[in-house]
Amino acid sequence: MKHLLSAADLSRDEAQLILDTAEEMRSLADRPIKKLPALRGRTVVNLFFEDSTRTRISFEAAAKRLSADVINFSAKGSSLSKGESLKDTALTLQAMGADGVVCRHGSSGAPHLLAKSGWMTGSVVNAGDGTHEHPTQALLDAFTMRRHLGSLDGRRITIVGDVLHSRVARSNVLLLSTLGAEVTVVAPPTLVPVDMSRWPCATSYDFDAVLPKSDAVMMLRVQRERMNDAFFPSAREYTRRYGLDKNRMAQLPDEAIVLHPGPMNRGMEISAEVADSTRSVIVEQVTNGVAIRMAVLYLLLSGSNEEEQTA
Amino acid sequence: MSPAQSAEQPEAAQPPKRSSREVLDASDISRALTRIAHEILERNRGADPVVLLGIPSRGVPLAQRVSARIQAVEGQSVPTGSLDVTMYRDDIGLKPPRGLEHTDIPADGIDGKVVVLVDDVLFSGRTIRAALDALGDIGRPRAVQLAVLVDRGHRELPIRADYVGKNLPTSLVERVTVHLTEYDGQDAVLIADKGAKG
Repeated sequence: MKHLLSAADLSRDEAQLILDTAEEMRSLADRPIKKLPALRGRTVVNLFFEDSTRTRISFEAAAKRLSADVINFSAKGSSLSKGESLKDTALTLQAMGADGVVCRHGSSGAPHLLAKSGWMTGSVVNAGDGTHEHPTQALLDAFTMRRHLGSLDGRRITIVGDVLHSRVARSNVLLLSTLGAEVTVVAPPTLVPVDMSRWPCATSYDFDAVLPKSDAVMMLRVQRERMNDAFFPSAREYTRRYGLDKNRMAQLPDEAIVLHPGPMNRGMEISAEVADSTRSVIVEQVTNGVAIRMAVLYLLLSGSNEEEQTA
Repeated sequence: MSPAQSAEQPEAAQPPKRSSREVLDASDISRALTRIAHEILERNRGADPVVLLGIPSRGVPLAQRVSARIQAVEGQSVPTGSLDVTMYRDDIGLKPPRGLEHTDIPADGIDGKVVVLVDDVLFSGRTIRAALDALGDIGRPRAVQLAVLVDRGHRELPIRADYVGKNLPTSLVERVTVHLTEYDGQDAVLIADKGAKG
C-alpha cells in the first residue's frame, strides 16, 4: 500500500491488517506515555480544503503519537484562498519534503489526482473528498463494530440517511462488504443515488422493517450544506420516517449498537436519548478514529521508500 | 531476533533436511528452560519481583513455559506478558512496513519490578536494544534481565544475556532456526548454511 484513496482499493487481508494494527495502537491509550517512535523524522501534512474539526484533530493526534512532524495546512488563510492551483500546492508540499499528505477536498477525486499525477512522491491519505469517499471513517466504523460484535462476517449492518451526498456511506458499504457483512442502506428515495445496482448492498425505503434485522445501525448526518434542492418535505417528516428515536431503538435486537460519524444533528436524524444511551458507541468512534489513523499512517509511512519492489 | 531467524516457518514442520542439523532437541530445550527458571529464582531470591515479558513471536511461548516452571517450583504465579518491539527497531525506515505483534503488559505494570525479557535467539542485540526502549515508554522497572534460548554470538551492541539456554558458536553465513510446538509443531533448534532451505 502506498496510498489510501478508496475503501474499494483494500483487499480483505489489507483491511484486516489495518484493523489488527489499530487494535495494538489502541492499547497505547492506556499507557502513561502515549507516544511511539515509529514515524520519527517523517513529515505529515494535513491538507484540508474543507472545514473539519474531528477528522483533522484525529489525524493530527495520530501522527503526533507516532512521533511524526505535523504541518496543518487549511485552505482558509492560506495561498489557496488566493487561487493557487492544486498542482502548485502539491509542488510546494513536495519541495517541503512531505512524506505523507492527508487530504480533504470538496471535489471528489482530488486526493486521487494528488496521488497519481506525479506532482509529489509522498503517500496520500484521503480524508474525505466531495461526495465520493472517506475511507478512514469506514475503517474506524468497522473497527468499532468489530470490537463490539466480533467478526463482521454475516453481520447485518444498516446505514440510514443521506446516502446520495454521503462519502461515509459509500466507503462503509464498500469496506463492510469486503469484510463479509450484509449491508442495507435505508433512505428516502430522493436521497438514494440513481443507480444502486453496482453497490454491494441492499436498498430499502422502510426503516422500521429493517430495524429488527440489524446488528448495527449507522445514522448519517443530514448534510444541509450539500442540499440545494428539496429532498424531503420537512425536517419533521424526515425525522418521523428516518430518525432514530427511543421507540425505534427498542425494535433493535438486544446486542445491536448505534453509530454516527458526527457531527450529529440531535433531534434530526438521531434523538438525544439515543445518542446518549448505552447502545450508542459514538464517543468510542472518536477514540477508535485516532487508533485507526495511527494504523494507516504507520502502514503507509513507516517503511522504506523502495517498499514497492520488496513488499 | 525472531524475524531474521524464523523466516521459514511454513516448511518448518518438516524434519530437517541435508544442509541443516539439529543442535537442540525437545528434551534439551525443556531442560534448558527448567534451568533458566531456577536461575531466575535463585538470582532474584524468589518469584516476587519478577515479571516475564516474551518478545514476539517465539519469545512469548518461551516466557510462558518458563512461567509455568516457576509456578511449579514456587507454587506462585509470575506475571507474564509480551512486548512487541517492531516500532522501536532501528531499521524501521529501511524495510517495508511490518504488521505489529501483540503487546500484553501484566495488569500490575512493570514499575519497580524485575523484568526478565525472554527471546529465542540472541544475535546482534538490536532487538533487545529496541525492547529496552519500548520498556522505557511503559514504565520504570527496578532492573531488566535477559533470558534467551540460544546465544549465537556476533553482537553489534554492548548487550549480554543473564540466562542462556545454549551458547552456540556460529559463523555469520549460518542461520539458526528455533522451532516451537506452538508455531511449528515440534521443539528443535536447527542450524543451517545460509541459502539452504529448511
